[in-house]
Amino acid sequence: MLEISVADYEAMRAHGEETYPHECCGILLGRTDVAAGNNEVTRIVRAGNTRTDSAHNRYHIAPEELIAAQREGREAGLDIVGFYHSHPDHPAQWSATDFAEAHWYGCSYVITAVEGGRAAATNSFRLTGADEETKGFKGEEIAIDVLGADGEVTGVLEMEGKTR
Amino acid sequence: MKIHIPTPLRQFTHGQEAVEVSASSVQGALDALTLSAPELRRHLFTEDGKLRSFVNVYLNEDDVRYLPAKELTVTTDVDELTIIPSIAGGSSCCR
Ligand SMILES: [Zn+2]
Repeated sequence: MLEISVADYEAMRAHGEETYPHECCGILLGRTDVAAGNNEVTRIVRAGNTRTDSAHNRYHIAPEELIAAQREGREAGLDIVGFYHSHPDHPAQWSATDFAEAHWYGCSYVITAVEGGRAAATNSFRLTGADEETKGFKGEEIAIDVLGADGEVTGVLEMEGKTR
Repeated sequence: MKIHIPTPLRQFTHGQEAVEVSASSVQGALDALTLSAPELRRHLFTEDGKLRSFVNVYLNEDDVRYLPAKELTVTTDVDELTIIPSIAGGSSCCR
């Protein structure tokens, strides 16, 4: 399961609307609860899409941005637990390109479909396996934490493959 | 010197985010790392010993691929290496 605050969830989707008709991309920082099998996102970092040659259907995050995000995370006691990108006018499902270029085993890959400039479905896929031979993408539930005024979690809205 | 390990490869370093090695070059550091964590070798290198195309190694702020001496670049104890697999994809192939 991927756990994320409603603010980060909405910010991720808004990013895809802003960059439409190009793909957006970003990095998810947080913690992995190995026992529960959850990736808990506590911060999202926007990244620039370096694929300016084909930004409508490709994305690539510069390693320098990854390193900076990893360092930012380290200083806050957080790890990179996933990534997000958008699919302009294309379903929120991973593509063969997404799969071939996924190498962060254990991380969550979140995809938001952006239809005509509006964010539609958002889905998360966990990269399972431990190497290139055994890796696979597995759909996972997204639990959106609804934060109360005092920052306490007052309820959890569970989303799986639903269009909002 | 310190080598930072990305989350997907920490399963081979007992969960450690950074590994301390003693080496005088980038190659020496990677060799020392894979000697202490042998499982890492096939994740970082192809069978003929080349760094995998999706694995980026940075010496401080620089991509080792673009350094004049590449893996043979001399290092000191205060240098830091960062191993960072690439992040890319896209919807291109499914249209
Ligand atoms: Zn994609």
